[in-house]
Amino acid sequence: MAEVSRRPYVREMGWRWIFRHPRYVRYMLREFSCLFIGGYTLIMVWGLKELAQGPGAWQAFLEWLRSPASVAFHVLALGFALYHSSTWFNLTPKALPIPYISGAHYAGWAAVSLAVLYFAGVF
Amino acid sequence: MESISVDVAIIGAGGAGLRAALALAEAAPKLRIALISKVYPMRSHTCAAEGGAAGVIKPDDSLEHHFNDTVGGGDWLCDQDAVQYLVQEAPKELVQLEHWGCPWSRAPDGSVAVRPFGGMKKERTWFAADKSGFHILHTLFQTSLQFPSIERFDEYYATELLVDEGRCRGLTAIEMRSGQMRRFDARAVIIAAGGAGRMFAFTTNGAIKTGDGMALAYRAGVPLKDMEFVQYHPTGLPSTGTLLTEACRGEGGVLVNKHGRRYLQDYAMGPETPIGKPVFKTMELGPRDRLSQAFWHEERKGNTVPTPWGECVLLDMRHLGEKKIDERLPLVRDLSISYMGVDPVKDPVPVRPVVHYMMGGIHTDTRAATPLAGLFAAGECACVSINGANRLGSNSLTELLVFGRRAALSALEFIEKNETPNPCVAQAEAAQARIRARFQRSGGTESVAGLRREMMQTMERHAGIYRTGEGLAEACAKLAELRRRYAAVELHDKTNVYNTDLLQVLELGSMLDCAEAVAASAAARKESRGAHQRLDYAERDDASYLKHSLAWYRGAGPPRVDYCDVVITKSKPGVRDYSGAHA
Amino acid sequence: MIQLEVLRYNPETDAEPRMQRYEVPYREDWVVLDALNHVKENLDPTLSYRWSCHMAVCGSCGMMINGEPRLACKSFLREYRGVIRVEPLAHFPIERDLVTVMDDFMGKLARVKPYLIPKHEKPLAEGEYRQTPAELKKFKQYSMCINCMLCYAACPEYGLIPNYIGPAAIALAHRYNQDSRDGGRAERQEEIAATEGAWDCSFVGACSEVCPEHVDPAGAIQQVKIKSTLDWYKEHLMPWLK
Repeated sequence: MAEVSRRPYVREMGWRWIFRHPRYVRYMLREFSCLFIGGYTLIMVWGLKELAQGPGAWQAFLEWLRSPASVAFHVLALGFALYHSSTWFNLTPKALPIPYISGAHYAGWAAVSLAVLYFAGVF
Repeated sequence: MESISVDVAIIGAGGAGLRAALALAEAAPKLRIALISKVYPMRSHTCAAEGGAAGVIKPDDSLEHHFNDTVGGGDWLCDQDAVQYLVQEAPKELVQLEHWGCPWSRAPDGSVAVRPFGGMKKERTWFAADKSGFHILHTLFQTSLQFPSIERFDEYYATELLVDEGRCRGLTAIEMRSGQMRRFDARAVIIAAGGAGRMFAFTTNGAIKTGDGMALAYRAGVPLKDMEFVQYHPTGLPSTGTLLTEACRGEGGVLVNKHGRRYLQDYAMGPETPIGKPVFKTMELGPRDRLSQAFWHEERKGNTVPTPWGECVLLDMRHLGEKKIDERLPLVRDLSISYMGVDPVKDPVPVRPVVHYMMGGIHTDTRAATPLAGLFAAGECACVSINGANRLGSNSLTELLVFGRRAALSALEFIEKNETPNPCVAQAEAAQARIRARFQRSGGTESVAGLRREMMQTMERHAGIYRTGEGLAEACAKLAELRRRYAAVELHDKTNVYNTDLLQVLELGSMLDCAEAVAASAAARKESRGAHQRLDYAERDDASYLKHSLAWYRGAGPPRVDYCDVVITKSKPGVRDYSGAHA
Repeated sequence: MIQLEVLRYNPETDAEPRMQRYEVPYREDWVVLDALNHVKENLDPTLSYRWSCHMAVCGSCGMMINGEPRLACKSFLREYRGVIRVEPLAHFPIERDLVTVMDDFMGKLARVKPYLIPKHEKPLAEGEYRQTPAELKKFKQYSMCINCMLCYAACPEYGLIPNYIGPAAIALAHRYNQDSRDGGRAERQEEIAATEGAWDCSFVGACSEVCPEHVDPAGAIQQVKIKSTLDWYKEHLMPWLK
């Protein structure tokens, strides 16, 4: 009669939880961005390698960078990087409850970006 | 039947039960303590208390003031030796809570802050914003987690006390999740299972306040004392009965009728005090019984505000300002907005008196001992009596701590002097058989919800703020009928795992027994005192009734009511003066 | 009238959970809990669920309402359109109908040593520890947890990693760590700075979104991570600081 009556039922989680609410979709996109950022890093390393191989290899690499596939990838990567950075900066106050910390991150980002663009000869 | 052998079994894991467990664990670390509750401790109704706990700490305050306020507030029905003990232990207990981590609100210098409360001459109510009970409960529960000697039995419903040869030897309880009954063999039992406000239609009380602890003792032959004294809290939300703490008025909120008049001044609680500057013990800081009675009269006069949920008066807190409300009354604001759609910062909140607390309960002495050897009780389920005919706000949370501890120490003394009793095996088997019998029966004609509704309506109509002889007689007759019909209640759910149909059937049984005690005691008391007001006997009658009612269980028949003396030491019965004149 | 679709499960009669429809009256001020009570009182007394205070302070009535972890006593019927789906809180085993098995949560709560471990002993006779309103504010919000477990139901990490200590437990540990009277942070770190502690959190943030008391467990967890990281650096790079 006893304990046999109890039979707690454990529900499977599966993978569909991602779509149960927009917040989980946003979260997975944020996490997913790491694939693009990682991919971008690999391309940069590959570029360095090609640079070391000499001007011919380097030109070929630059050619590839201009290809539609590469452009598409880089646009997506930029989008994900922006998404990743802004979600990260917006969440920072939770970990570091210091006044204006979010703003400081954005300001720092803007400053570094301008510096990079300057040294790249954009201005 | 599986049995569990312990030194002390505590039934109820709210403020009093947890405090008792902690006192035992600290005083005697080797003691095996069973903390048995039908809900997880964090769900206990202590969590809903808002306003605070009273304890003398201000230099211009004194134990004597607290004593006098309490005895007067209780219309001299309090046992004064018990009140003396309460006021003297209170500050220590509240400091102990603080040492255990309770987040009391603070004054700028870091000392504990206190606020004014109804019926109190000085500020002495310690508070944690407006969630004092919640913080007290969680502090006690979390503190208890460091004591391995406190073994918890969460979601066990106690069904009967096991008594033999004039001694309580334990209890039977159903483990809710499996439906299995267990026998607890204990050298002492402490009941701390709360009040029974759910017997009324309109109450601040949560679902679990069904008087099970009171019924356990009652059926085991312990009388229920002063059951007729049921407190109406003046400010409950009309839609759900949800409590809006007395602190609303302590912080300066005022009550007005439909004409915008602060009507309390018409009921010997004036003169009208300046808005936002409450004066101790007058107007909105008068005692709860007087405020609830004023509402009743206003309703008769047609001065109340009609709402979809009934007649109301208005609690106006607008003048406190958003900052003060958010700091000191954030829960109140949240509740008003969520359940009434009214923001107290912008509009007055409709409120009405709702049943809140039972002054009466299991008869205990000053040491929290019942007349049954080995059985102790503390908290709302017990009646020491420190609250007499009417409880002052913020004395109850203090009572949980002081008498929770007192019950533990008394239990400890008892088991040190008495041998371990033999277990009541046969009785426990019989208790189980009684429960199983319900599963065997079918074709019941009554529903739990139907009987419960009839009981609640009867109590609300005939045992409310004002009572009459005929009304009470009708209530007694109706309750007797309901108890008879209860035997024919159909148990729809005949399974074992977490059967809440069975739970509600058993809870209804507890409520009906307690309700009968309330009605019978009220009918027998032919006077008006504190929260027990009769239209046919409007005056207090000290000559005949300066005594406690005792209701004795008589099985299928109505209870027998007799009386016992009130302990009067220093304070002779006087006039309860809540007009500005006394200040 | 509106319809509720409620998960039912009785281990003695059901191999697995099933859904059951009930029609209940629609009232402007009713919450889902009122609708469930109506079902139990008038339509089906066999429905089991936990509830008590009906004012969002006891934490009993956590359920999945239309797939979101909510308190049934604070989910107004007027917020919903169409059939309202009511299920037991996610990520916990189902005992019966809407009642979950809470053992894991209770165990984890106890493991983090959620009680004051005073920095300095002080005899009771000397009165209270001094604590300014500013010091109280540092931990106050983390003390507001009603143990409703909505955060555990919202947290996918807890769903995927059953050993994860979880939001409420870590937030409660943090509450004591932040209390100026407490000196027990080192002891608690054992549990909450372990892998199964804060480091299983990937900052989904769902816990804080669903918390009815605005405790912000996600914030607490990230702060624990930072403190844990600093601890590690201090221990390894500046061992003389012991």
